[in-house]
Amino acid sequence: MSKDVSYINRPNRPLQIYAIFFLIFLYVPVLFLPLFSFNDSIYVKFPIEGFTLKWYGELMSREPVWAALMNSVKVGIATAVFSTTLGIFAAKAITRYRIPGKGPLVGFIMLPLVVPGIIFGVALLVLFSQMGVPLSLYTVTVGHIIICLPFSIATLLPRFEGFDQSVEEASADLGENGWWTFWRVTFPIVFPGILASLLLTFTVSFDEFIMAFFLTGTDPTLPMYIWGQLRFPQEFPSVLALSSMIIVASFIIVFVGQWINRDAAFGGVKGER
Amino acid sequence: MADATANDAPPGEDRTQTKRSWKARFNQSDTLKGFSLLSPTLFVLIIGIIIPFGILITISLWTAVGFGFDTSLTLNNYQTAAEQPLYGALLSRSLMVSGWATVATVVLSYPMAYYVAFHVHRNKMMWIVLMTLPFWTSYLLRVFAWKVVLGYEGVINSALMGLGLIEAPLEFLLYSTDAVIITLAHAWAAFAILPMYVSLEKIDKSLLEAATDLGDGPVARFLRITLPLSMPGIISACLLIFIPTTGDYITPALLGGPDGLMIGNLIQLQFGPVNNWPMGATLAIILMLTIAAIALVFLVLTKLVKDRLT
Repeated sequence: MSKDVSYINRPNRPLQIYAIFFLIFLYVPVLFLPLFSFNDSIYVKFPIEGFTLKWYGELMSREPVWAALMNSVKVGIATAVFSTTLGIFAAKAITRYRIPGKGPLVGFIMLPLVVPGIIFGVALLVLFSQMGVPLSLYTVTVGHIIICLPFSIATLLPRFEGFDQSVEEASADLGENGWWTFWRVTFPIVFPGILASLLLTFTVSFDEFIMAFFLTGTDPTLPMYIWGQLRFPQEFPSVLALSSMIIVASFIIVFVGQWINRDAAFGGVKGER
Repeated sequence: MADATANDAPPGEDRTQTKRSWKARFNQSDTLKGFSLLSPTLFVLIIGIIIPFGILITISLWTAVGFGFDTSLTLNNYQTAAEQPLYGALLSRSLMVSGWATVATVVLSYPMAYYVAFHVHRNKMMWIVLMTLPFWTSYLLRVFAWKVVLGYEGVINSALMGLGLIEAPLEFLLYSTDAVIITLAHAWAAFAILPMYVSLEKIDKSLLEAATDLGDGPVARFLRITLPLSMPGIISACLLIFIPTTGDYITPALLGGPDGLMIGNLIQLQFGPVNNWPMGATLAIILMLTIAAIALVFLVLTKLVKDRLT
């Protein structure tokens, strides 16, 4: 912003206070989970009786938790790799070539962002059952790829759009073919976007519940395991401990992802600084 | 043809003439290249979106018989859905709950988006990351967190009782429509903030300066410039929250109680315990058509308003 717009720059106290309250509203419920996971009582209520790590200890000795964690990690990695690879192809195609019907196509890709998850869940469920595919971690992965594609493309598109494309033309003029131009020019520039996409899609898959609900076979993912435990109030403390670890892990992964891709994210911000 | 294109092909490739010309022709077609790059994604979209929806529609025309299906096509399920008051009631309750959740989220988030767009100059990125971070944790966990807050012995009740303000836990906190609306508003805040922030950020600040010079006060400036220009963001925020939340079944299942059930719960029941897939598919299609109709009305209305304004 080069122009001095004086009254806009004036601090607005009420708004500032509102903003802080808003952040508290966003964070406090989520942060209650870790808080109560250290509570030395089976009941999730005030006053907190004492500090304990026993729920975490108990979690360590549970086999099904580790199996579920491994399932979620496997699905997450597969989802991240596939949806990011598809995202790279799509982002390059969308930004570099004249494609008729580009608008509706992008709309299609973004559909999982607006269509209720339950509809995608049951639609894929009927597809797999009609094809005779038994539900398994593979079917969950397919579901996750579908819902992660919009996140991947939304992360990658600004990267592909955001640099001077004459660099690519120069490379082509100097005799590099398409693949080498991509590997030696485009790829390094979009690399932060690719990393961010991998991390974000992993997180989305890792935390995803609705698709997994309909598409999981006998091997539960971590959110599915938690859902199963929520029926038993005596399991709450260890669910709290497990949730806390998931929250911390998700926060770290997303934060790293945003930080790596900080110049490209949210195009509007970039120009204003 | 082959001779002409052979000269254009990159040197140093020992390919046959015919292959080279095919490649050259391919290289010249932007559209073909674009589509070949898109083909894996298109394949996944066809497998993951188009075919499943086709099958969903087909199954909705079948009838559940025992553990199998009668595959003769009939509209019976749609007729049942129209005649049974339960289905209509759940659908309209879902629309009402999502509607209120949307209004609450957008109204609460707008000042936040406004604050970051207009009054934060350093660390904008940090604010945006801070606002969207909770969104990246499991939806299930965020709903569970509200169960902890609103529960019978939850944070609010036990705190109020500890302070001696109430004698017995407030039962209406959990298992009510309000609990569902609060939880949805919290869970979807990021979807409201981001589009509204983007459209507020795009507003040319000199327009506001001009309005001030022409004698507009802060309120008039807001109503006549900022609000109308941020409308696209508000509309996408509304659609981004309203549409997905109408099909939600986790929040009603965990926080809604018996009176808080929504259409999503019914669909889930049909595919789960009730085991009537054709009915479940019918309800899913009806939900989608309803959502599409509402979204369409919304978009047409905004276009009419927009055309009027300009």
